Amino acid sequence: MSEIRNHHILSVLVQNRPGVLARVASLFARRGFNIFSLAVAPAEDEGFSRITIVVDVDSAPLEQVVKQLFKLIEVVKISELDPRRSVERELLLATVRTTAEQRGQVVELTNIFEGKILAVGAEAITVSLDGHPDKLDDFEELLAGYGIVELQRTGRVALPKLDREARLRAVSNKKTDNGKAG
Amino acid sequence: MKITGAQALIRSLEMENVETIFGLPGGCILPAYDPLLDSPIRHILVRHEQGAGHMAEGYAHVTGRPGVVLVTSGPAATNMVTPLMDAFMDSIPMVCITGQVGTAAIGTDAFQECDTVGITRSCTKHNELVMSAQDIPMAIRQAFHIATTGRPGPTLVDIPKDCLTNMMDWHWPTDEEVAESLPGYRPTTKGHARMIKEAAKLILASERPLLYIGGGVLKARAAEAVRELAELTNIHVVTTLMARGAFPDDHALCLGMPGMHGNATAITAMQQSDLLINIGARFDDRITGKLSEFAKEAKVIHVDIDPAEQGKVRKPDVPIVGDAKYVTEELIKAIRDLLQTGSTQADTGAWKSRVSGWREQFPLSYAPSEPGEALKPQFCLEALRDSAPEGTILVSGVGQHQMWSSQYWTFNEPYTWVNSGGLGTMGFSVPAAIGAKVGRPDRTVWAIDGDGCFQMTAQELVTASVERIPIKVAILNNSYLGMVRQWQEMFYEERYSEVYLSPEVPNFVMWAEAMGCVGIRVDSPEEVQPAIDKANSINDRPVVIDFRVDAREKVFPMVPAGYGNDDMLLPEWQEPNRGGLK
Ligand SMILES: Cc1ncc(C[n+]2csc(CCOP(=O)(O)OP(=O)(O)O)c2C)c(N)n1
Ligand SMILES: [Mg+2]
Repeated sequence: MSEIRNHHILSVLVQNRPGVLARVASLFARRGFNIFSLAVAPAEDEGFSRITIVVDVDSAPLEQVVKQLFKLIEVVKISELDPRRSVERELLLATVRTTAEQRGQVVELTNIFEGKILAVGAEAITVSLDGHPDKLDDFEELLAGYGIVELQRTGRVALPKLDREARLRAVSNKKTDNGKAG
Repeated sequence: MKITGAQALIRSLEMENVETIFGLPGGCILPAYDPLLDSPIRHILVRHEQGAGHMAEGYAHVTGRPGVVLVTSGPAATNMVTPLMDAFMDSIPMVCITGQVGTAAIGTDAFQECDTVGITRSCTKHNELVMSAQDIPMAIRQAFHIATTGRPGPTLVDIPKDCLTNMMDWHWPTDEEVAESLPGYRPTTKGHARMIKEAAKLILASERPLLYIGGGVLKARAAEAVRELAELTNIHVVTTLMARGAFPDDHALCLGMPGMHGNATAITAMQQSDLLINIGARFDDRITGKLSEFAKEAKVIHVDIDPAEQGKVRKPDVPIVGDAKYVTEELIKAIRDLLQTGSTQADTGAWKSRVSGWREQFPLSYAPSEPGEALKPQFCLEALRDSAPEGTILVSGVGQHQMWSSQYWTFNEPYTWVNSGGLGTMGFSVPAAIGAKVGRPDRTVWAIDGDGCFQMTAQELVTASVERIPIKVAILNNSYLGMVRQWQEMFYEERYSEVYLSPEVPNFVMWAEAMGCVGIRVDSPEEVQPAIDKANSINDRPVVIDFRVDAREKVFPMVPAGYGNDDMLLPEWQEPNRGGLK
């Protein structure tokens, strides 16, 4: 599912105000940029949210994406996260069709992946797994063999790795950069 | 002190030094119209909200101050979409205030409810739905701040009716509070010193330099600085459609307008230059023609306050993000420093003489009409130009008449040319001229309009008559959607489809008079001058001249869509010499 070689992960800090997400989404649509996934949640500072966007850079040069995004008044900071230097996580929920005989196999598979069993029914089982998106891809593929009834993934969230300094390459930061908005 | 949200709104506008509002009331905005009665702010009651929007633009164009619009919810807000987009494309500072249904009714499809912030999101620099009376002063301050700083543009504040009627504690936000409320908005105005130095070196080293200046020069009030730079370095200047007047047409270094209907010299100078010094322009497709054929040998210095313009179309060798005036002045200093420390400017003599050769061989020209033949639109423009009082402001619609206006007028002063460049909005000129005249009542304002354009917004002449705003309108009436006709003639084998406008209906003279204007009709060349003299002598009401011009006249030169600039079409009598454009 996630062939992310031509993807970039942008971590966008925005003011948490009504309509911010709509602005980001309509900007991508209007400029013809493709989004692979997008996750939003409140950030550590009160009043701010962090949006993690995985962008398809075949649709437009990353530089234009970043610059156009940065023109939105509520966008405060944009960081590009290098996948090799960041921690990425995603959550997957799946309901899988299982006969009584197969149930044990799905439970075992889930345990191998260190996932969780959330609910067990007569003919189906709901499991969850969080981890690196690649790991979720593998798990999803294996589950598919049993018959997936419903599946939901959250889209990735990411933060820079801590182990070496300067993991976070600030693409642009209006707080410190002497600004760049137009 | 407790006041209503409506009172807070009007007081906020006064605090922003607003002198004039263009608008039209209705249900949701009603509460704001009551305190307006007690305010020194002049309100101009328009006949259609689109007119209010273009008036605000015209006002902003000539004064540099933001134009302000006040309208109600629903259909009034949607009527504002065109002028908002027009202002967005041409970076015009404008603040639009719309009424909205009460906060409790939002989302219920209430009468005259529409998702104004949703609809205008992509045609404003920023917009905001206010949800409490208390927030009105801050929303207004932010709207003015954002509209007028950085790359200017339109902003919109949508105010629900109950926010106008509720009480609030008056507080006018301080600069610090505004800055704190917008942590993500810090426009860069100071260009990077190292880049400026780099640019200075490139300029001195170039043998075929050209200044390519755009509307940003006017927005930044950088015309003086640009002139100094041009004279210091003795470099020719091309002025885009948005920058006409930013550098005087009668200056020896001025080559005029490049682009699709630019003149051959300006177009060719761009194509053959080895260094384009772009100040406040954006490599619009109307300038570049086919991008892969555009100015292939040129290096590029690009000065723009909007970082997203850098590299959007053409990758610059030296990008400079900053205010055009600041950067140009720094550039002048940097060049002076280099010259004083022993650097010399490359010899541009050969280039200069090539440019002069093109100018001599390929002037703008048209075939004057033979006696008894139909009137030529260019002839009318020349007569209007030659009779125009000093400092006349020219406003145009969109079409052939717009291109002829830009070509045949002589713009010697900044802020004397108002037009719809980026969006190309038919119907722009009459209301924009009214706004310009409100902004500069001391100036003569001529609107050059097409017969098609005029029919889109002419009703605002009623506004002009009633409000005593004596603009002058010259309709270059060719009975056609002329620009479209030209394309059909040239690229669709003269298959004219839906471009013919009835020549006798409407009767423009009667229509003008019905709207309280003086109407004059001109059919022949002898009538041109007396009509213009009469129009120029009337200053107590608007005047409309219906010039009946030759429908067959086309705009040349022309770089057809998809062509490279080198393949521009010249007037037929210049075609045999096109080899000279080398
Ligand atoms: C609102 C709008 N609709 C359509 C067009 C497309 N268009 C561009 S020029 C033009 C013809 C304008 O006719 P007229 O005002 O008579 O000017 P002319 O070209 O004849 O001088 C048209 C239809 C436009 N620019 N704007
Ligand atoms: Mg016409």
